[in-house]
Parts: sequence; structure tokens; C-alpha cells
Amino acid sequence: MKFGILVNEGPYQHQASDSAYQFTKAALEKGHEIFRVFFYHDGVYNASRLLVPPQDDRHIANRWSALSKEYKLDLVVCIAAAQRRGMLDENEAKRQGKDAHNIAEGFHISGLGQLIEAGIQSERLVVFGD
Amino acid sequence: MLHTVNKSPFQTNSLETCLRFARASHSVLLFEDGIYGALKGTRLESLITDSLKSYSIYVLVPDVEARGMRIGDVIDGVKPVDYAGFVDLAAENTVQAWL
Repeated sequence: MKFGILVNEGPYQHQASDSAYQFTKAALEKGHEIFRVFFYHDGVYNASRLLVPPQDDRHIANRWSALSKEYKLDLVVCIAAAQRRGMLDENEAKRQGKDAHNIAEGFHISGLGQLIEAGIQSERLVVFGD
Repeated sequence: MLHTVNKSPFQTNSLETCLRFARASHSVLLFEDGIYGALKGTRLESLITDSLKSYSIYVLVPDVEARGMRIGDVIDGVKPVDYAGFVDLAAENTVQAWL
């Protein structure tokens, strides 16, 4: 089964990002395909390379990055939601004249069309949010 | 169809709304703070018990335990699942998230 995952909530807020991660991991371990994980609204904060949680706490961004590396997951951050919230990759930082960028490994910034495509291409779109 | 409810029924009315819209062959999964709706001894217990006559209600066990409760605190007839079970339910049904 081909799943699309939508994450609408930031890290360490309630539980949406954790649930989405656990669901995605369980689906991959069962041999399902994850077509894409799309981060929208405050969900874009999950992609920050600058998160520094306490050492005994889970690292939400790194956990997604590691899962992406292991399973070649497509982690897409909505560009409009990201720019509003100061989440920029190297190209966007350059284009906007900013002195830093903060997108973690494995994530990339793209448009809302990627969510629509995930909705069309996946057999299920599972939404996690507030 | 699988309805997912992630908020406590004592915080929002998404569980009650969901149960009003769910049809006979549907399933409902309570997870995150939604698990509070599956507990014994609340004012929603009779609604859940009645609903169990029409459709299946599931509860995500890791989220029950993360809140200091055990499966024994859950209303009889509500079925326990883990994340793998959640994936199975989502594969078997289209998913409607009541956010």
C-alpha cells in the first residue's frame, strides 16, 4: 500500500509529529511504501537543523533525517509556510539575501503541488495535526 | 472508513461529532489525547458502549500507557492496537482525521 503523510504541527508541541513518525516507521517496517511526507503549517519546524533538545529527549528532526536516509524517504517542506516562519534552505537564503539557512539533512523545500501530488499518487493520505 | 480522533473529548467535541457521522461498517481509532474517550468511568462511557454495537472502536496502547493508564482502564470491547495495528487499519480503510 502506498501512503502519503501530512504533518501539520510543530515538534514538541502536542504529539502529531511523534505519531506521524511512529506511523511512518511502522508502515515502512511492514513493507508499505511512503510516497512522501509533507510538512505544512507549523509542521515545517520539524525540519529545523538547529533543534537542540536535551540529551535524554528524542531529537525529532534528526529522527526524520535518519528515517529518510534509511528508507530514501521524500521529506518535503511547504515553501510558503517555511518562508513565513524563517525556515530557509541554502538556495532560498541566498535568493532572499539572508545570512543563514536551517533545513536539516534529508528534507527539501518545495511547493504545495507536492502535497496535491501525494494525495493523488498515494492510496491513503494520513493526516497528523493539532 | 477509519476515523481517527486525537483530542480528548473533554477538550473538544471531535469524538462526539465523529461518532455522530460514523456509519455501521466504519472503525474509529482513538490515539494521542483521544484515548481519554476510551476510559472507563467517564460521562462518555455510555456513548462509547452504545457506539460499540454499531462499529469497531480501537485505542492505541502506547498512547494509553504514555498517559499512565493500562489497557484494563479501557472500556470492554474497545480493541487495543499498536502502531503496526494502526497501519493495518489505515491500509484496510480510507482515513478521515478528525483534527
